[in-house]
Amino acid sequence: MNPKMACQGLQKGETLATLKKECESLKKKLEEDRGKLNDVELHQVAEKVEVVGALSIKTRRVLKGHTNKVLCMDWCKDKRRLVSSSQDGKVIVWDGFTLNKEHGMSMPTTWVMACAYAPSGCAVACGGLDNKCSVIPLSLDSNENCAAKKKTVAMHTNYISGCTFTNSDMQLLSCSGDGTSALWDVESGQLLQSFHGHTSDILSLDLAPSETGNTFVTGGCDKKANVWDMRSGQNIQSFECHESDINCVKYYPSGDAFASASDDATCRFFDLRADREVAVFQKDSIVFGASTVDFSLSGRLLFAGYNDYTINVWDVLKGTRISMMFGHENRVSRVRLSPDGTALCSASWDNTLRIWA
Amino acid sequence: MARDMSDKEILKMELDQLKKEVSTPRTPVSANCTDTIAFVEGLLPNDPLIKGVPDDKNPYKGDKGGCIIT
Repeated sequence: MNPKMACQGLQKGETLATLKKECESLKKKLEEDRGKLNDVELHQVAEKVEVVGALSIKTRRVLKGHTNKVLCMDWCKDKRRLVSSSQDGKVIVWDGFTLNKEHGMSMPTTWVMACAYAPSGCAVACGGLDNKCSVIPLSLDSNENCAAKKKTVAMHTNYISGCTFTNSDMQLLSCSGDGTSALWDVESGQLLQSFHGHTSDILSLDLAPSETGNTFVTGGCDKKANVWDMRSGQNIQSFECHESDINCVKYYPSGDAFASASDDATCRFFDLRADREVAVFQKDSIVFGASTVDFSLSGRLLFAGYNDYTINVWDVLKGTRISMMFGHENRVSRVRLSPDGTALCSASWDNTLRIWA
Repeated sequence: MARDMSDKEILKMELDQLKKEVSTPRTPVSANCTDTIAFVEGLLPNDPLIKGVPDDKNPYKGDKGGCIIT
């Protein structure tokens, strides 16, 4: 065989088929290694744990103001203010106690799919179909037009599906329909780090609780949940257990685990130290996709919002459903626990938000 | 971006990632679950949504407007 043919042969050796085969065998090994440490399931270890008593969680506030689906919301650290964003193109800052609308800002496009409150409480970030994530400083003067001071920070090549400030107002993390997430410097708009690995739209991201270091988790249409190192840009752990799009990911209060909500009608719980899924929250009667999850303060309860308009409350340790929260008249798009754990806010396609306590 | 990559490039990316993941350090599920349970039990007595908060201390359990559905 002449050298030229030999070289071509080498390249041809690395065909789609051989790569696929190698991937399959590594996936198998990974499954085996993870399986060796799967000596028991979470609900089995939790058999002797006392059951949670009846919960007395009710709707305490209904926030009306948006004229179309509410897609996202976030709490301010002061535990009373919150920001919401909607398909109507508006971003509203509310006082959750009094229902007062403190700021109302119009964005250039409809479908503002992501919003976040800055740690200082002095600004909010939002983004959506405009493919950008902007930061808006909140003025103390309610007559001032906040939207005019809007500053573009993140730029993606497809819609923004999620955003969050890191531990300060200075850095913003964004995720997008373009399959990437990125870390930005708010002041300069400079891209600090980009994260590649998802093979389809990313739908959600969540930052690890500050004590546990610099990582964040993303979930998306490729059915994968990936954990990233913010400094190196590396994908350090990956979980492919869901059977459909992952709509939401949320870290556990301890930082050692996270939950996911998916169109496959299940929510799942992944332990990061065991590097595997340790619980699946599902029921034959639940057939609609789960779009959002959050934990109660102790991590005992998992609140999950579904496309059948309900919020199911799951016992994280026992894997059973404790109760259901009814009230919304359309899909629940987002649930978020207040910073001190006293209340849960839910956002819905019925144009309202509710505060439950 | 992934959508700009050929199937082969995507597979290669997946393969590299898998090679890294196979060597991830991991610990037994039973030990980690025990830790999780201990974590929860420690915080449970102070979880406002489980233990409840007296009406006078809870800012949402007041007559400040909005709907209260009983």
